[in-house]
Parts: sequence; structure tokens; C-alpha cells
Amino acid sequence: MNPRREPALWPLALFPCAALTVFFVFPFAIMLAVSFHRRVEGGFFEPAFELSNYLRFLTPFFGKILATSIGLAATAAIIVVVAAFPFSYILSRMRRRAQSVILVFILSVLSLSEVIIGFAWSTLLSRTAGVGNLFHWIGLVETPRAYTPGLVSLLLGLVYLGFPYAVLVIYPAVSRLDRELPEAARMSGASPLRAFASVTLPIMRRSITGALILVFVFTLGAYLLPQVLGRPRHWTLPVHITDQAIFQSNIPFAAAMAMFLLLVSLALVGLSLIVGNERQGAST
Amino acid sequence: MSGLSIRSLSKVFGGLTAVDDVDLEIPGGKLICLLGPSGCGKTTLLRLIAGLEEPTDGRILVDGQDQSGIPAHKRDFGMVFQSLALFPHLSVAENIAYPLKIRGVERADCESRVQELLRLVKLPDAPRRRIHQLSGGQRQRVAIARALAIDPSLFLLDEPLSALDANLREHMQIELSQLQKTLGITTIVVTHDQREAMTMADIVVVMDRGRVLQAARPIEVYRKPANSFVAGFIGSSNLIRCRRVAADAVEAFGRTIPVPFGNGVSSAGVGDAMLSIRPEDVVVRPDLEKAEFRGSVEFVRDLGSSVEIHLSVQGVTLLSASSPRDRPNVSVGQTVGILLHTDRAAITAP
Amino acid sequence: MTLLLQRGFIGAVLVFLVAPLFVVAGVSVNRPKRLLFPPDGFSLKWYIELFVQNEWANALTNSVIIAMLAGLLAVAVALPLALFIWSRGGLLARALFGLGIAPFMLPPVVSALGFLVFWISVGLYGNILATIVSHAIFLTALPLVAISLGLEEVERPLIEAARTMGADRRTVFRTVVFPLIRPYVISGFVFAVVLSLNEYIIAYMVAGFTAETLPIRIFNSLRYGYTPIMAAVAVLFVLTAAVVFGAVAFLGDLPRLFGAHRSEEP
Repeated sequence: MNPRREPALWPLALFPCAALTVFFVFPFAIMLAVSFHRRVEGGFFEPAFELSNYLRFLTPFFGKILATSIGLAATAAIIVVVAAFPFSYILSRMRRRAQSVILVFILSVLSLSEVIIGFAWSTLLSRTAGVGNLFHWIGLVETPRAYTPGLVSLLLGLVYLGFPYAVLVIYPAVSRLDRELPEAARMSGASPLRAFASVTLPIMRRSITGALILVFVFTLGAYLLPQVLGRPRHWTLPVHITDQAIFQSNIPFAAAMAMFLLLVSLALVGLSLIVGNERQGAST
Repeated sequence: MSGLSIRSLSKVFGGLTAVDDVDLEIPGGKLICLLGPSGCGKTTLLRLIAGLEEPTDGRILVDGQDQSGIPAHKRDFGMVFQSLALFPHLSVAENIAYPLKIRGVERADCESRVQELLRLVKLPDAPRRRIHQLSGGQRQRVAIARALAIDPSLFLLDEPLSALDANLREHMQIELSQLQKTLGITTIVVTHDQREAMTMADIVVVMDRGRVLQAARPIEVYRKPANSFVAGFIGSSNLIRCRRVAADAVEAFGRTIPVPFGNGVSSAGVGDAMLSIRPEDVVVRPDLEKAEFRGSVEFVRDLGSSVEIHLSVQGVTLLSASSPRDRPNVSVGQTVGILLHTDRAAITAP
Repeated sequence: MTLLLQRGFIGAVLVFLVAPLFVVAGVSVNRPKRLLFPPDGFSLKWYIELFVQNEWANALTNSVIIAMLAGLLAVAVALPLALFIWSRGGLLARALFGLGIAPFMLPPVVSALGFLVFWISVGLYGNILATIVSHAIFLTALPLVAISLGLEEVERPLIEAARTMGADRRTVFRTVVFPLIRPYVISGFVFAVVLSLNEYIIAYMVAGFTAETLPIRIFNSLRYGYTPIMAAVAVLFVLTAAVVFGAVAFLGDLPRLFGAHRSEEP
């Protein structure tokens, strides 16, 4: 179209690509290498090639950690999506202004790190502040007690962590949903509930799957809530990675576990991308 | 063949009156077009009839039966939506069978009914196709078939043809109107296109700002518009500011012009009014002798099937339309004579 | 679902989301140095202590420096990358986009450990610079996504129109593209700043013992002695986020930034 030669755009990409390569791709390459290194007592590690770090995955102890991690993340993801779907759906039908206010709040919650979330929930569930006190005050229990640490308090924290992300994925999809579709179902004789189950839900199936996977990956990555809100038996893979890296100074083993966690997460993110692509294909 | 009565129906959305005290009697078996500009309340009126909105005031009766409190899904009406609202996760046949399945119709009966409907809308080979594989016109037909699946007592359509291109649209208007005549089902179509309303309707209901301005046969609305808004909205019309000086005469351009009594506003009050006269009733004559008025030619538009001449008469612009055979031999800037066939003109409220 | 039931559900979820923050806010105004709710007395002294007590004031300074510089660096990486991806398109662009958001999408612990081994290897472990660069790379995803969304809104005919008027590529960017995407660049920057302020695991692993940030300080206090200052910091974080995102929502259309435009659905 334009006969004049354009100056190449490559210089634009130079700096970002260099930055991402040096500070993201290299670290991963090093981490991969370190995962085969030998640990040095009292220091960091020394170059070697041994599989011992990976062989430790085969112990029942590690199996239990993995089962705990996946079980917790899956439970939290299901609870989150079951709550976030109707929440986003109703939200998208509210007035624009109300939507904005609630979205600002959701974003604020999303920006909170696990430290704050863990601290806030442990306070809310503690003996001297929040629920423990409240139950005592209304006479539900004899003496105030703490509801943390424990499985329920950990799940509450994980749900709190994952909920905003699920809204982030589901809200755009439901607000783009043609409002006449459920109406068409109603004019065809379907009750509101049946219209929801037979039309809205199936059309939203893909973004629901996407949200499930995303929240699963995010809660699987939770590194601090299990420590703050759970008991040692609830410690997940990321907690053990942190523990090995910082307190046991066994960076090679931590790196091996991180590679494993990475593979599991990448597989799931890849799955959600495939699901997403299918959706785009279907709508055109 | 269900008749529909609407009694002093109103709908207010947070201070905004979308439908304002509407009374309407719709005989069974007819095709009615709700016509008006966007925001006139026609879609809200249709949604009130469908049960998708609750009226603020007033009642809707179908065959004398009050519909208040009956939810949309228990009214047994069929509806075609503006977006068509075909279910993207279901096939063509599953879409059409949806209302039947909801009502627990047997599988075999469902299938034969779907076949029958597909033949009716001239899509016999499509049942297995997915919605996104269909063209605009085919989607249209599937939406119509789905709405008709249960033999509804009322057939409601909200701007059903607005997504189609001009040629297909005209074709579907004729087809839809033939289909309605065959089935004899009471049908209400919302449209903002006056040609569409003229093509299909037995009765045109012209609306503006939530009110019904006129409800009559299309030709009546065209010939005897109730007011200048209707005259301007239905076809093009010359609206000339005038003074009514008698029951059957107005004064305009400094002359008294006779207008047959009963055209348009029938009350014989004297005062400011509008004379509505269609372009085909404004005749241009190159010879000035027999003319009532004189004007100058501003622009000539030859559309092939008709010729439009834009005239200026004492500062007022008039539009004249004639068939090519009667094309007056005039050119821009020329002073010409003008005749008004006022036997088909109407006096309207200003 | 009736309207009442719907509002009730939204209300219940909001209560769930607000409750812990509400209790924390209550705890932060205690008079004694204890985490009590309802608070024992009312005092804002813990908010002042945050700026007075050495270790907290240090952590605050570190956090703000890291967040601002990391935010700027993240935008500096994301803006040219987004422009390149936008003007080029295709598979390579999609791959680069994936590379840009990957650090944020991976489990934070994995990214954190990667940064840890990297900084050990180059000998900057424990340096605040390591935290800044790590945060910038980690958070590049936010301005990248925001700016890409903004660029989607820039209509190509607009650029072609500017070109026909004789503007070269640089001028087009300066006079047409950048003014249009400026709100998105700013949104991306503030998103990155707010998340950097809150970030814990990377800051902890890369330089947790030398360049202590507020989240690290809070976590250490969780283990070695509670103080209402923790609650005060949490309240300030929530308020900062709410003000920043509120401003973004006020200046732009937040539902649309979320991707909620129905009109453009094919």
C-alpha cells in the first residue's frame, strides 16, 4: 500500500525482550540447573548433576504434601466459582455506577497479598477479636475461643484469595451475554431457574472452566496462608518450597519442587488457553 | 385467533414514562405494527404484552382474560427477539424443539413438529446445523419457527428484520406477512421502518413518547394522518404552516385553499394548523397560466422510477414527485406553476 | 431469582469480603498494644507509630521506593512491548505477550525462587535493586494487559488518516496513539505500584532480611509479637488500593476496562 519503506519496529522490542530474557528466562534456566545441583551444608549449592532431588518426590511424605495441596486448591476453586458465577451474573445486571463501586472493591481485595489476607482472617477468627468474641457475646458459646488455625479457616482464606480472580474472569463473559437469550428461554415457557440452567449456564460453560483452572492454579500457589491459617499438616507445596529454600537452606531441593509445581501449573494454564481458543473459534 | 385489549397501560422506569396511558383494541387474527422512532415506547409496550416487564398501571387482556400476575413463561406466547436470541449451544432442531421439550412433549412428536416447522419456514434441510453456520436470513427463519413451535396464542416480534440487508428484508417482510395470513395468528410486530409497517400491517399503531398517536389501516394513516408527527413519519409529506379559516378551507401563501372536510382533524375549529400534502399531489406545470401558485425550481432528483422536484414557494420548500412519464420539462432556477391536489390533503394539528 | 434474593446474595458476599477488613480496621484503633475487637478505646496512635518507629518507618520507605521504581520499570518494559505486539500481530507477537504475562501467571513461589537463584548467581542477593527489578519483571503483566486493551481501542483508520496528513511513525505515536492510550498506561502503572506494595514472597526471598518491606514486617510481627501497627498498615493498603482503583474507575469506564462491552460482540 505504502511504497515508502517503514523503519523496522524491532528496536521497540529490543529492551523488553532483553529485560525479560535476562531477568526471567535466565533465572528459570538457572533454577532448572540448580535443581540438579548438590546442596552444600551451611552454604548454597555446588554444580553437579544428580537426580536425588527429584527422587525425593517418590516418598509417601511428598505424596501426602501433593495430595494436600491439590485437595485444598480444588476445594477452594469449586467453592469460589460456585459463589463467583452468580455474583458476577447479578453484578453485571446492576446499574453501571453500582457495578463500578463493587468492582473497585473487588480489585482492592485482589491487590491484597497473602500476608494481609492471612493476618486479617487470623484476626477475624481469633479469640480476642472478631468471631470468637461475637459468638461469646451473643451467647452461642460459653467461653470465647479461636477458630484458627484449622482446615475451615484455611479454606476461608483461600476462597478469599481466589474469589476476585474468578470475578475477573467470569464478569466480562456474563456482561457480554446477550440478555435476550434467557428472555427467549422464558418466552419459550422455561421458568427463570430452568432458563438459567438450560441456557445461561451451558453458554457460560467455558468461562466457568477457565475460572476454575485459574483459581486452582492461584490457590495451588498459595505460599503463606497454609502457614498462617492452617496447621502443619495443611502445609502445601509452596510452603515447603519456601521452607526448604530459606530455613533448610536446601535450594536444589526447593528448585526441584518449584520445577514440579511449575509443570503442574503450566499444564493447567495451557489447558485453559486451549479452552479459551475453542471459545473464540466457536463465536466467529 | 386471540383478541387483545390494552386498558390504560403505563410503564414508568425510574421517573421516565416509557408507556403512557395506552388504550388499544386489537382484533384476533390480524397483523399489527407498532411503529415509531427509537425510544417511543414501542418495544416496552411489546415487552409488557409478553410479560417480560410488569406494568406500572393498567391491564392487558387476551381473549378477555386479565394477564396481570401471569409470568412470561406461563403465557404461551411466541416471541422473536431483535437479536433473535438463538441458543448458540444448541442445533437448529434443538432450538426449535426447546419450547416443546420444556412442555414435556414426546420425542417423536417433537421431531415431526420440528420437521413441519422447518418446512413452513422453508428450511427443510437444516435441522442438524449449528446456529453459527447459518446466514442472517436462515437465522431469522429458525427464530420464527421456534416462536411458532407451540402454536402460540400471540406472536410477538421485536424489530425482527433489522439485522438483514435491504433486499432480503423486503423479501422477508412479504414472506412473514404471507405466513401470518396462512396461520391466521394474532401478530404484533415492532418496527421503526414505515415501509415495513405499510408492507405487512393490517393495522398500524403509530407511537411517540409513550403515547399512541393513531391506530388505523395503513392507507388511512397515510391519507389521513392524525397530526403532523404522523404525517411526517409515514412517508414523506409537505407540511405547510397555514390558518384554518373554515371547516373546509385553509389560508396559505396568501390564498384560500379548499380542503375536503373530514380529512385529518375533523373538529372545525378556526386557527393555526398544518396542511399536510403528499409530494405526489403537488403538480408542477411549466406554463404559468393555469397555475394556482408560482415557485422556483431548486433541485431536480431523477430516481429512475420517479422524479422529485424541490420547489421554493414564498420561502417555503415544497417537494413534488411524479412518475417519469409525467415528468415536467423544467430545469433548476426556472419559475414554474404549481397545482395542489387538495382532495387528498389533510389538515392536522400544528 | 427475585430481586431481593439477588441483592441478598450480593450483600452476603460483600459482607464476607468486608468482614476481615472491618475487624482489622477496628483492631487498628485500639488504645492498648493488643489486638482487640471491639477495640478498647479509640486512638490513631498506631498510624503515627508506623511513621515514627524505626523498623516500621524503614519498611515503609523501602516499600514505597520499590513500588514506585518497579512500577516505572514495569511500564518501561511493557509499553514498547505492547506497541510492538500491537503493530506486528501474528504468532511471534502472541508468544511475546505470553512471555510478558508469564512471570505474573506462574505460582509466585516459583517466580520468587527463580529470582532468588538468579540474584545469588550474579551476587546481588539481598540488594534492594534485586527486589526492584524482580518486582518490575513480575508485574510487567499488568501494564502490558492494560496498554494492550487501550491499543485495541485505537482505530487503525485514525492512524491512516494521520499518515495521509504527512505524519511519520514517530509523530503519529506522539500526537495520536499516546494521548489515546495514556489513561491505560497510567492504570497499568498504578496497578503495578499497588501490587508491588502488597507483594510478599518475592521481596522476602530476594532480599527479605536486608531490604525489609511492609508485608515482610507484618509477617515477622505475626510470628514475633503482635502490634496494632500491622492492622494500621493493612488498613492503609486497602485504602490506597480503593483510592487508586476508584480514581481509575472515575477517570475511565471500569466495567469496560474489565472487558465488559457487549456492543462489540461479533
